[in-house]
Amino acid sequence: MAYLKFELSAFSLMNLPTREQSGVLIVSVSGRVDHLASEEFSLAIEPILQNCRQGALPVLLDFSGVEYISSAGLRVLMLASRRAKAERGVFAVAALQPLVQEVFAISRFNLIMPCYVSIEAACKVLGS
Amino acid sequence: MKKVVFWGTRGSLPVSLNSRDVREKIVAALSAANGKSFRTPEALNDFVNKLPFSIAGTFGGQSSCVEIVHKGPEHVICDMGSGARVMGQDKIARFGVPNPQTYHIFISHLHWDHLMGFPYFQPMYIPGNRIVIHGCHRELEDAIHQQMSNPNFPVDYSQAGARIEFDIMEPGRTVFVAGLNVTPKRQLHSGDSFGYRFESVDRTVVYSTDSEHRLDDLESHRGFVDFFAKADLVIFDAMYSLAEAVSVKADWGHSSNVVGVELCHAASARRLALFHHEPVHDDKQLGRLLTETRRLEQITRGDNPPLEIYSAYDGLIIEL
Ligand SMILES: [Zn+2]
Ligand SMILES: [Zn+2]
Repeated sequence: MAYLKFELSAFSLMNLPTREQSGVLIVSVSGRVDHLASEEFSLAIEPILQNCRQGALPVLLDFSGVEYISSAGLRVLMLASRRAKAERGVFAVAALQPLVQEVFAISRFNLIMPCYVSIEAACKVLGS
Repeated sequence: MKKVVFWGTRGSLPVSLNSRDVREKIVAALSAANGKSFRTPEALNDFVNKLPFSIAGTFGGQSSCVEIVHKGPEHVICDMGSGARVMGQDKIARFGVPNPQTYHIFISHLHWDHLMGFPYFQPMYIPGNRIVIHGCHRELEDAIHQQMSNPNFPVDYSQAGARIEFDIMEPGRTVFVAGLNVTPKRQLHSGDSFGYRFESVDRTVVYSTDSEHRLDDLESHRGFVDFFAKADLVIFDAMYSLAEAVSVKADWGHSSNVVGVELCHAASARRLALFHHEPVHDDKQLGRLLTETRRLEQITRGDNPPLEIYSAYDGLIIEL
């Protein structure tokens, strides 16, 4: 975990704290993921994605701290999810704030990304 | 500029309601009436006016054709989709024959759905009319000729009675046409498309259809924010959902309501008209998209001034 954090700070200003719970790697995202931040977001999840493959821990983004996500931020999620799928890894999002949840529904991202209401609900499905 | 008239708003291919769709509307209206009786025609009209647009109206199915009404005698039009047929009939009814008119037509690109109405635009057959076709594609004149030549169409281009001129414009270079400053911008679309920014002394309208937005390209994002800056109305290609536009339909050359709202907010535009509707969407789906887009605008507005959202339909008039 320490190594991962070092990598993140070297690449990006965005800090994504990670923890393990019930066999799931939980990545906390927070703040506003707007057009400018989406590039940082993309760099910050890069090392996490490198390990998101078959047999590795499922990756769950804890979105409870995200107040806003723009189209560019959503696109980063789509690319991450697509990449994880290609490696047969598990990549999902959980605990969206109500307004962010609405943005997911209006943009139809709820149809292309696995979204869970809470971390607990996600861990029940994804965890070991 | 006084107003914008939408003659055709559908993307890719004209569509029409079928008898099942009409029946559904009648059933919905009668269910809403719930046995009510109406003593006067006014009472009946009031009732109909209160029904949702998806029941009492329709978005229509003509392909792209939008008119910008300015104070001068010359007509300013964007694209010649199948909506141009209806517009041509309206012009003949209004101005009669002979009563020479000048039409300035700005063509976004040469795809079929944006040109197909031209051979059905009656004023082109009437001597005395002048039609100036503006666009940024070098093949503009060829495309119009080809469309009206054997075996594509029974009437050859040479049968046009109106005087037809072509004006090839340069992206980024403003020209003064019919009392308006017009600036084209290159857009991401198969074979390129061009948006147009129309400016009068006190009003700005942007026509930007068949335009995909690369969300990882900040420079392009800024370019469109400048192009839409402080516009009174932005007419925007919102054919797909954002999820479709960035995944299965990436590189198909179209955009979404979400990106339209983001760009208009960033540009401090006043109004956004969703345009180039997906042919498979029925009135109910388009109505739902409008409601959702208004909600999205509200929850993502932040400190921006409110942006008024429309979903363009055939026959919609927006007073500027
Ligand atoms: Zn089109
Ligand atoms: Zn096109």
